[in-house]
Amino acid sequence: MNTHIPALTVSDVSKVFDVSAPWLNRLIERRPKLFVKAVSEVSFTIEKGTCFSIVGESGCGKSTVARLVTGLYTTTSGDISFGTGRTGRPIRVQMIFQDPHSSLNPRWRVGDIIAEPIREMKLRDDVKQTDARVRELLETVGLGADDALRYPHEFSGGQRQRISIARALASEPELLVCDEPTSALDVSVQAQILNLMRHLQDELGLTYLFISHNLSVVRHMSDYIAVMYLGRIVEQAPVEHLFTAPRHPYSKLLLATIPDIENPRRRIDAQAGEPPSPLNPPSGCAFHPRCPIAMDKCRKAIPELLATEGQARVACHAVTDP
Amino acid sequence: MMVLPIPDGNTQNTATSALDVHGLTVEFPTRRGVLTAIDDVSMQIAPGEILGVVGESGAGKSITGLAVLGLLEHPGRIAGGAIHVGGRRVDTLSEAELTKVRGREMGAIFQDPLTALNPLFSVGKQLVETIRLHSDMNRAAANARALELLRNVGIPAPEERLRQYPHQFSGGMRQRVVIALALAAGPRLIIADEPTTALDVSIQAQITALLRKLCDETGVGIMLVTHDMGVIAETADRVCVMYSGRVVESGPVADVIHNPQHPYTRGLMSAIPSLHDRVETLAQIDGSMPRLNARPSGCAFHPRCPHAGPRCSAETPPLVKVDTTSAACWLQQGGTQ
Repeated sequence: MNTHIPALTVSDVSKVFDVSAPWLNRLIERRPKLFVKAVSEVSFTIEKGTCFSIVGESGCGKSTVARLVTGLYTTTSGDISFGTGRTGRPIRVQMIFQDPHSSLNPRWRVGDIIAEPIREMKLRDDVKQTDARVRELLETVGLGADDALRYPHEFSGGQRQRISIARALASEPELLVCDEPTSALDVSVQAQILNLMRHLQDELGLTYLFISHNLSVVRHMSDYIAVMYLGRIVEQAPVEHLFTAPRHPYSKLLLATIPDIENPRRRIDAQAGEPPSPLNPPSGCAFHPRCPIAMDKCRKAIPELLATEGQARVACHAVTDP
Repeated sequence: MMVLPIPDGNTQNTATSALDVHGLTVEFPTRRGVLTAIDDVSMQIAPGEILGVVGESGAGKSITGLAVLGLLEHPGRIAGGAIHVGGRRVDTLSEAELTKVRGREMGAIFQDPLTALNPLFSVGKQLVETIRLHSDMNRAAANARALELLRNVGIPAPEERLRQYPHQFSGGMRQRVVIALALAAGPRLIIADEPTTALDVSIQAQITALLRKLCDETGVGIMLVTHDMGVIAETADRVCVMYSGRVVESGPVADVIHNPQHPYTRGLMSAIPSLHDRVETLAQIDGSMPRLNARPSGCAFHPRCPHAGPRCSAETPPLVKVDTTSAACWLQQGGTQ
């Protein structure tokens, strides 16, 4: 596997959304403009053939990062650059969405859904070759070649997610952005999809950017993990490192609160408090109101993401500058 | 064949248990024939006990909860069996009688707390209304009770919160309000249908801890319907695993998780990625849950089962006790041949 060759480099990316009321309301009610900083100064690199995961609670900006990488949103500042692919051009990126029910056009046959990227990007010369490619893709994801003639409603959730994967693979991408690909699926079906994704990664040498809130799925899939809180990466580490020795208090909180089947009823420190509104983030470190070890400094200065031992990086005053 | 269920390690009789469901069958008549959503399901919940009902989508776990509450949507109907809540039979009650029992004897917590609350009334007003509907308290006493309820479910500054509207609460706080509403009349049973699914993990832990605490303190019985085995493992005392409208395994949580008897439960447990060890490939159960109109004969799991024999497609296995748990599988009952 090609390690240490970056497939994706994200540097200092921020995204600000304008959520102001319409201008007339602002004028009459004398309200100021309102901005949400969904992603702040996020940087990471994904090496080819690896799986990089972003975890965090809802509203932490993980899906925004996925959409920035695929170009569905434009960045407010910062750079996103892709590595060189097999053909010598920048690598292609595709996305798998969470909900397999709303991400497939119900009026199109499955064959057309998968063939669209091939036709659009002129990856095959004629109809015959396109059809052959569609059949091949369907078989790659574990469906039958004759499923191409059926409509999405004839498939179950897991099969629909397979169709989404086939469509994503149709444009021959080397980087797949997966935004909660198994959250809408049942456990036994989730295992099928995760196994398929692992298999495809080995077979096609894919690189994954995996977005999830499910830590056990993330642990199963990824090589490297970034934990996000309120738009910032608070800790970034190799998967084993993060699960065995989390450094940031928020990572510790996340790991302590996930229900653990093998080890239930351990003392849960169900810490009070909830993620604050991104409209009005706390000063300094955004986690300080919930943090058990918050110091004066945490209320004033935003901690930087600094390297600690291993390949880990942590943004916490208490860890990097006790 | 009707086989009497054997309650697992639960000596409560109908009169004292919070919930007693016996041989419940729920049908949905359609133009293409009658679909059986729930087939001969029995379960019991003792006071102060949390029973987890777990299964994948389409297993019938939510329908079971709705049938107990008498909230089955048309054309669904209870076609057989009996439901007792706190010793009182509820499945034969008229709609008017049910309205009195619902809320007083049994409360409900649903997945989405925002749609469960009325956005036009303050939280205090909704609580006071519920309390006064089910008791003869005057307004002042009901107000005091509402305040106490909010405090019990762990809402900070309850005096101010009473005057606020649902949109001013966060998701976790809203779910606490819904729990307070469910507890308002001091019910014997609470049906909690996926109460933490819409919440983030750190909030989920707070809510499950709260349910556990209320259960221990007030002695209410809780039926916790969820697809998340982790939540069950941390919260419930006993668990019922459902598959395609039937209970395939039930027993104490630790036994079902660590020593599952039914091949479906075994598959389900090993399909969950572990937090502790990393494996190359997860054990997977091929295929998916059958649709209601295409349920296989005999044991509904047999087309996906690695141990299936000829008997499995011919006869439906009854739920029979093995050690501490009960399983509906021919493997434990004389073989699959």
